Amino acid sequence: MQRFPDYYGFWHRLGHYALRYTAYGVLGFLVLPILVIVPLSFNVEPFFSFTRGMLMLDPEAYSLRWYRAIVDNKNWILAIKNSFFIGIFATILATVLGTLAAVGLASPRMPFKRLIMALLLSPMIVPLIIIAAGMFFFYTKFNLAGTYLGLIIAHAALGVPFVIITVTATLSGFDRSLYHAGLSMGASPLRTFRDVVVPLIRPGVISGAMFAFVTSFDEVVLVLFLAGPGQRTIPRQMFSGLREQINPTILAVATLLILVSILFLVSLELLRRRSQRLRGIEE
Amino acid sequence: MAADRVDGYLRFRNVKKSYDQKTLVVKDFNLELAKGEFLTLLGPSGSGKTTVLMMMAGFESVTSGDILLDGNPITRTAPYKRNIGMVFQNYALFPHMSIAENLAYPLKVRKKSKAEIAERVQRYLDLIELGDFGNRTPGQLSGGQRQRVALARALIFGPSLVLMDEPLGALDKKLREQMQLEISRLHQKLGFTVIYVTHDQGEALTMSDRIAVFDRGVVQQCAAPDVLYEQPANAFVADFIGENNFLPGVVTRREGDWVRVRISGGGEIEARCADCGDVGSDCLISVRPEKLFIEEAGHDYDNRFGALLKTRLYVGDFIRYFFELDDGTEVVVKVLNDHAAPELSMSEKSLLLSRRRDCFAFARK
Repeated sequence: MQRFPDYYGFWHRLGHYALRYTAYGVLGFLVLPILVIVPLSFNVEPFFSFTRGMLMLDPEAYSLRWYRAIVDNKNWILAIKNSFFIGIFATILATVLGTLAAVGLASPRMPFKRLIMALLLSPMIVPLIIIAAGMFFFYTKFNLAGTYLGLIIAHAALGVPFVIITVTATLSGFDRSLYHAGLSMGASPLRTFRDVVVPLIRPGVISGAMFAFVTSFDEVVLVLFLAGPGQRTIPRQMFSGLREQINPTILAVATLLILVSILFLVSLELLRRRSQRLRGIEE
Repeated sequence: MAADRVDGYLRFRNVKKSYDQKTLVVKDFNLELAKGEFLTLLGPSGSGKTTVLMMMAGFESVTSGDILLDGNPITRTAPYKRNIGMVFQNYALFPHMSIAENLAYPLKVRKKSKAEIAERVQRYLDLIELGDFGNRTPGQLSGGQRQRVALARALIFGPSLVLMDEPLGALDKKLREQMQLEISRLHQKLGFTVIYVTHDQGEALTMSDRIAVFDRGVVQQCAAPDVLYEQPANAFVADFIGENNFLPGVVTRREGDWVRVRISGGGEIEARCADCGDVGSDCLISVRPEKLFIEEAGHDYDNRFGALLKTRLYVGDFIRYFFELDDGTEVVVKVLNDHAAPELSMSEKSLLLSRRRDCFAFARK
């Protein structure tokens, strides 16, 4: 039982519980639509609803057939491969470019800092559909439409702002005299960057990379505009699956994606703790 | 004393620095340093001393002028090619490396052999009395230990010069004094050349061969600690170093190095002329509290003037008397607490005495 301070009257208590249950309500609103997918993906029937057997927890009502369906369908396999292929290379590109940009922007001598920052972050703010339309026309000129390279570049552009933000945040706590110390000991700027700066901003770089990967992994608008049939990604496949062949395969894929996201979130949290520990050491 | 062997190992020639192309932060800095000398740049914050150090290290560009190290201009040499060690105020130890790795870093960069690195790291760890601490990380050390590591790291590669930027600023008083001794000990043992920046005059006086006192981008005086304290070149130095009394007055007679000054508080004082003007010009007389004496018989003093006792401050090893002259000027007298300490009652007119060689006359601006 909740212990209230002695001065709490009836209305205080009522307010307390009202706030608490509203919070639970909001939490449920956010999470339930996602959680409901998980049991449905194990449905033995090709329906999007709970069968009587499922509600009675009859083991016969559950199966892995939709997971098997993913493996058996070469479209899904291609989509998964594409998603990882495009995601990984877009992440590498976004991480390298974003980190370099953040380091440059952190220099006290950098002119037009705010303007450049705003430009670099714009892919986060400009509506995706506008970027997609712009890229579509731009890419046709350079024969990039319908190619892996085109999608990788496009997704990297979306991921760069996340890397810039996370790396900038880590750099704000970075002591510039460490960089000077490296130089004074005879290490070139590049060597100092590699040996001193990179290890210390690594948590920011890694979490930025994860954001960039998730952005690419879950992106559908650019893919709709720019991808040819060969570059179908998971979201694109789900999108068409939803219209063409309605069966719980999508739910099985969604469940797997939830699993991947949880893994990402957990590793992000571990990284955050690690970086805090590193900073704790600094002072 | 190192101050005597100025052979121009390090030379600043007409060095100027401006950040905005308008105001000069460092105005025409000239200095020569002997090999093995310990030079301190002393001054209030914003006086340009740190800027000089940063130009020396190569982290700031020189607006005009030259810096020559062992005869070679280094003004256009990249910082990492200057072979200059640096100790930072916040230690700047690499938090992701162990103490031994920190010390090894400058040697690794210089591609020394593994065996040589290991041997030298251990030797320097022993030198700073942290022989068993090689495997710890900087976070596991105390402030004083970290600064010793930072010092060793700046020395381990045998730099031609070591720069120290307020290295003891983050330590408490007791540790600071220990570290002063430690730095002096290492300096005497290894004989490296140092430029040391601080705003703490105690630190400067105890450690340096010579001190350059900075104010508003200009070196006010560059001399050995005792000269700086006992023969200040101008009123700024007299005020900045140690404690001083200042008595306003007018020059009435001038004879070579000596002047006679009529002070506004009443009476005449004979003083050594530092940078005072001719007869009739306004000046300031400075005399240190411990060089003033309260009315004693049997001694021969050059100057004597009357003052009223206002307050007496018992400090322990000495007593501080606050007097007031007729024009309201406050004069402090420091008297050692021994049997001869005079018993004075408040608001009693006393005679203050001083030798003329302890009094200095400065121009009053």
